[in-house]
Amino acid sequence: MWILRLNMADRTYCLEEVPESLRNLGGRGVTSSIVHAEVPPLCHPLGPNNKLVFAPGIVTGTAAPSSGRISAGAKSPLTGGIKESNAGSSWGQHLAALQVKALVVEGQPSEKGHWVAHLTWDVPAGRPRVTFEPASEYVGKDLYEVFPALYKRYGAKVAVAGCGLAGEFGYANAGIVYNDMKDGPTRYSGRGGLGSVLASRGLKFIVIDALGAPGVTIADSSRFEQGRKMLVDALREHAITKPKGGLNTYGTAILINILNEAGGLPTRNFSSGRFEGAASTAGEAIFEGNKQRLGRELYNHACSPGCIIQCSNTWHRPDGSEHVSCVEYESSWALGANCGIDSLDDIAELIRLCNAYGLDTIETGGTLGVAMEAGVIPFGDGAAAIRLVQEMGQGTPLGRLLGSGTETVGRVYGVTRVPTVKGQSMPAYEPRAVKGIGITYATSTMGADHTAGYTIAPEILGVSGKLDPLSPEGKAALSRAFQATTAFIDSTGHCLFIAFAILDIASGFEGMVEECNGVLGTSWTNDDVVRIGAEILKKERAFNEAAGIGKEKDRMPEFMKYEPLPPHNQVFDVPDVALDSVYAEF
Amino acid sequence: MRVRVRLFAMLRHYLPDVPLGSYAERDLPEGATVSDLLASLQVPEREARVVFVNGRARPPDWPLQPGDEVGIFPPIGGG
Ligand code: SF4
Repeated sequence: MWILRLNMADRTYCLEEVPESLRNLGGRGVTSSIVHAEVPPLCHPLGPNNKLVFAPGIVTGTAAPSSGRISAGAKSPLTGGIKESNAGSSWGQHLAALQVKALVVEGQPSEKGHWVAHLTWDVPAGRPRVTFEPASEYVGKDLYEVFPALYKRYGAKVAVAGCGLAGEFGYANAGIVYNDMKDGPTRYSGRGGLGSVLASRGLKFIVIDALGAPGVTIADSSRFEQGRKMLVDALREHAITKPKGGLNTYGTAILINILNEAGGLPTRNFSSGRFEGAASTAGEAIFEGNKQRLGRELYNHACSPGCIIQCSNTWHRPDGSEHVSCVEYESSWALGANCGIDSLDDIAELIRLCNAYGLDTIETGGTLGVAMEAGVIPFGDGAAAIRLVQEMGQGTPLGRLLGSGTETVGRVYGVTRVPTVKGQSMPAYEPRAVKGIGITYATSTMGADHTAGYTIAPEILGVSGKLDPLSPEGKAALSRAFQATTAFIDSTGHCLFIAFAILDIASGFEGMVEECNGVLGTSWTNDDVVRIGAEILKKERAFNEAAGIGKEKDRMPEFMKYEPLPPHNQVFDVPDVALDSVYAEF
Repeated sequence: MRVRVRLFAMLRHYLPDVPLGSYAERDLPEGATVSDLLASLQVPEREARVVFVNGRARPPDWPLQPGDEVGIFPPIGGG
């Protein structure tokens, strides 16, 4: 396998052997190790010294189920700390097929320009090849227009990653877009502004054609096959992940109602834990709305080849035409309950605009919530929210302000209720009503991030035990264990949603580890999972500390400590010593 | 006593005529528990992974009070 470096200062590339230190890592383990080792922590995220690293997971590109994930990492323009944001797309599988363990985008052209890097397999030489081509014709445009043009130029079989207008404008809210299964621009490494890091290197798109590429080498195929089977069995058996199960039928927005019921669905910029319009924005409403509009039941699809969970939905207009994919829980909440908007059609349009411009839906919804709080537009006004997001795409002065993210908008308008940690907007779980996830938000190396340590499983969903969400007891240890396990899963290339099955079914967990052993030729046991995950977290933490983000930043926004949240009238009462113990005790 | 109840996701078919987001009302004898409510709805206990009573998750033997609002969920997950 290779480390492929694109030097954008002079548009050259080089291939390096994978060093021993990275040999047994993948995904987040690779991106965070390279960022930690090579990026000066105090550099400007959009300056010449930052590097953007892409890494497929350990098993990405193999027949392992639900493993088409790609990690992107860099120093984040949003948080100022390390960032890893992963997405599901065939793009990661293509990169893995070229035997690239890490693609490192570095350097910066002295003159502004926009380029496509075209990666192919050089059959006679037996290695990847890169050509750089001008991309100015794709600049300043809607990604829904640009993707078909790219597929026309590069052929139907390629995979595409890149950035939209948000990246071109340098927004701290710009995501990296990847193709979905219909070659549309809907899969995202959304969080942390990585799209702007890409754009600031003069790179607009990275197109991969894996024709003739050898694919992933598997060291011990019978071990891999055995592990794969164990994991497949667990995913097919568990009620959440099985075909026509919860995720396949209702998508991730199945969570809207349960969080609302638990009083933990952040509403109108985190001023309540219940939204009266929740039911009409939930997975059930999406399923039943589609059924009514299409005249048939519609089950969800995969974001990347080989996913057997298939949670990605599509919302349809009243005339049955496709409006947008995908209305995720996070997106439906951020642009729905958090803005007081209860119309799925308005939410779908807001998501479509985020996809068109290359914006993170969570940060966008968080920003709109704070703008509504400031009185820029009223809560609940879907049409006005759509106009504001259009301004983000136009790059007007207000649009640029909104593109800089929730925390900046709060500061500019003098708002005290600003739901961010380390500059990143909180996702769809209220920390005052679900204490463990608050600990994850506060302490994660990523800023407020639910995926970093998804304690929601035992606190709300009754998966992997049942814990009282209002109690802080034992939650620091819980968050620590989840954060370490997650860092490992994010390195395997598996979708985090396998966790629902493997936390309940032990043989599935073992299957995941055996798949990795099969690919790498290692002999890891379940105990190695937490050890390896913790090592990754320690590197991320060290980077952040050197960037000036120490434990003082592992804190909730102050208003959550003095404003009781209805309906349970709870404040965030986890003591600072408990927060500090999360990383102190690794 | 009368309680208000909602079923979600795959459990909706046990109360198919109740519109999304609306409550059904159920009359139960005094002292009835979450289990008794599930039985009256014909929802098998193993299908009800989490039962909320007034916003708090409660076990099957939890005694209900008049006016309680109950939300019943099968195993679900997302993110
Ligand atoms: S479960 Fe959903 S997000 Fe995960 S890989 Fe499958 S389709 Fe993609």
